[in-house]
Amino acid sequence: MMQHDSHGHGEGHGSLKSYVIGFVLSIVLTIIPLVLVMNKVLSGTALVVAIMAMAVLQLFVQLFFFMHIREGEKPRYNVQALILGAVILLTIVAGSIWVMSFNSMVQ
Amino acid sequence: MWEDIKSFASTFFVTGDPLIYGADVAIVLTTLAIVFVLTKYKKWGWLWREWLTTVDHKKIGIMYLICSLLMLFRGGVDALLMRLQLALPNVEFLHSEHYNAIFTTHGTIMILFMAMPMMFALFNIVVPLQIGARDVAYPFLNALSFWLFFFGAMLFNLSFVIGGSAESGWLAYPPLSEKMFSPGVGQDFYIWGIQISGIGSLATGINFLVTILKMRAPGMSLMKMPLFSWSVLSSCITIIYAFPILTVTLALLFIDRYLGAHIFTMDGGGNPMMYVNLIWMWGHPEVYIVVLPAFGIFSEIVATFSKKQIFGYKSMVFAMIIISVLSFFTWAHHFFTMGAGADVNSFFAISTMAIAIPTGVKVFNWLFTMFRGRIQLKQPMLWTIAFIPCFVIGGATGVMLAVAPADYQYHNSYFLIAHFHQVLIGGVVFGYLAGIYYWWPKMFGFKLDERLGKWGFWLWNIGFYVCFMPQYALGFMGMTRRLYTYGWDLGWAPLNLVSTVGAFMMGLGFVFQVWQIAYSIKHGERDTTGDPWNGRTLEWSIPSPAPVYNFAVIPQVKEADDWWATKQARANGTANEAPAKLEPIHMPKNSGIPFIMSFFWFIAGFGFVWGWTWWIVIGLAGVGISMLVRSFQYDTDYYIPVDEVRRTEASLGRAV
Ligand code: HEM
Ligand SMILES: [Cu+2]
Repeated sequence: MMQHDSHGHGEGHGSLKSYVIGFVLSIVLTIIPLVLVMNKVLSGTALVVAIMAMAVLQLFVQLFFFMHIREGEKPRYNVQALILGAVILLTIVAGSIWVMSFNSMVQ
Repeated sequence: MWEDIKSFASTFFVTGDPLIYGADVAIVLTTLAIVFVLTKYKKWGWLWREWLTTVDHKKIGIMYLICSLLMLFRGGVDALLMRLQLALPNVEFLHSEHYNAIFTTHGTIMILFMAMPMMFALFNIVVPLQIGARDVAYPFLNALSFWLFFFGAMLFNLSFVIGGSAESGWLAYPPLSEKMFSPGVGQDFYIWGIQISGIGSLATGINFLVTILKMRAPGMSLMKMPLFSWSVLSSCITIIYAFPILTVTLALLFIDRYLGAHIFTMDGGGNPMMYVNLIWMWGHPEVYIVVLPAFGIFSEIVATFSKKQIFGYKSMVFAMIIISVLSFFTWAHHFFTMGAGADVNSFFAISTMAIAIPTGVKVFNWLFTMFRGRIQLKQPMLWTIAFIPCFVIGGATGVMLAVAPADYQYHNSYFLIAHFHQVLIGGVVFGYLAGIYYWWPKMFGFKLDERLGKWGFWLWNIGFYVCFMPQYALGFMGMTRRLYTYGWDLGWAPLNLVSTVGAFMMGLGFVFQVWQIAYSIKHGERDTTGDPWNGRTLEWSIPSPAPVYNFAVIPQVKEADDWWATKQARANGTANEAPAKLEPIHMPKNSGIPFIMSFFWFIAGFGFVWGWTWWIVIGLAGVGISMLVRSFQYDTDYYIPVDEVRRTEASLGRAV
């Protein structure tokens, strides 16, 4: 069983330090948009762009600090999975904007 | 005080309907009977040790199977209640709200708590055996997935007697599902039931993806892997990318309801159509998630019972992978009428029709496999053959629905109802039933009786067409879905009556199947060989039921359909099999944590539903503590010594 075989080589799964850094970064990246909205620091397009930027950064923090995207062996399943994930993510975001775009004309 | 209790009880329990009181009595009696039997025969310890704490994929599969059959029963009773109500005009059997609750429950149960677990049952029972593995990649997680499903389903089902059921359809469109229009707790039961079991589904998707990629027997390259395992792989890919969308969408709906946000409301900047858009981004892939494994099952069965290798193996694999990716690009066909422009509608019309191409390839491959094969009409093959015309008609009406301008006529009519039942029953249910008949001897060591099975088969099949063909016509005659009654003047009465008769024929078919199982437990033909159908793939090379460790020696795979090749070689005397060398077998230990942790999820979910903070706190704390305890457990595995393996194999009639 995989989980048993991996007993021996516990290394390479990130150190305490990298976990703490990742944790702090993701909290900071979550609080920033909250503050931006609650205190009405930004508004309109600027706000949307800022929130999106934080979300994208958050994504990378998760991938590098928690999901160990740099590790791995051949065949590179995680690269394939990421590419497919990116395609589907793009579909969800761009597709929704496209499908819902008529809304701005209706309202 | 007394008054308080009375008013609490009247909102907590569902009151006022004799059907519900009957159900209350039945539930209490069944529970008492179970407790009594378990206590009388001192089976509590057995239940805990052998089932509730098991991490064995075969037992988990059996538990999934039992639950899904119970859910098929419940969803089926709901269906029959609805068909009774619609049998004739102006029937006063169910009032409108009750009818709404029933179609909502029926749809949700059939898809999420019947089809999904039946599919997971087959994943669990078959995949490790078929790829020559001793368990799944993460056995503990597998048990956790099952119990999350179980408690999620319990939570959802409970709403029927406690608090009241959801009434806004199986996809809970806002604004109807918002607090303003659905103030009751039913909608929250729906949300939490699905959320909790959804975590389990996602975990199962990951688990089986990893199992298939990493744990195949040596020599089994991906292109030598049996097609059922390929179908599971493609279904898992779709699960992994689709289920998070469902979770997020329902979470946003819950935020609206619980915290008074305005994400999907009509006012305050919200947009209910965004919900429709998001939920179908999960919803469409979901139908492929459930149908792909059915395709895999048919491929196995067609090859076995035609005594031929599957025709066009590679094209089958590519078709499935293409379907699992393409399924993410068709969601808007569920709301052509929403008013998006011609560009959006034409894109989604074409992408939808494009999916018919790989599906068509698969149908031809099955037909070519049967062509000039020595076909044996055993039960699994019967269901497979019945599937083909049914699915082809369902697919054709699907392409009709995909013609966006025409969909303005069909949308939400009985034409649609007939279409999706045809693909869901003809494709998914027939497929899983075929799979259950096929692998039943592997699970339990005996075959299901053919004679009773044939009764079930013909009743289901004739009943199906009698029930759903009239509904296509009713759709054209203007009958819309989710309609609880209609007048004599519309001329819908005769076809509706016919449809109800068909529904009851299917119900009778199910009764025959239950009888068949009960009868076969005693009288079914025993499978002593482990290979009752003269199969082709590895699961048939080991005894039925398989021992805990599955394979005493992990097989060395050389070809596609390896077990068939081995049997050929043995018959020709060309097999040179080295004497097997036994080694101690490494296995995972049972654990009670999946059960306990899921139970705490149930408590938390119940708290969220009723807004009881203490329940939420206790529930979530319990979940956290369970995780913590598990993180510090190091003693999670053990070895089965060689002696014991040898003894077990000998007792199963195998010399090693
Ligand atoms: C045993 C035969 C079955 C019968 C007689 C049946 C009958 C019905 C009826 C009468 C409705 C309500 C139509 C309406 O008023 O709009 C319905 C809805 C539905 N059924 Fe079935 N059904 C059956 C099996 C299934 C199966 C196996 C599935 C899925 C795997 C399924 C999924 C659904 C869904 C998703 C809905 C829509 C619920 C909604 O409108 O929210 N049904 N069915
Ligand atoms: Cu669809």
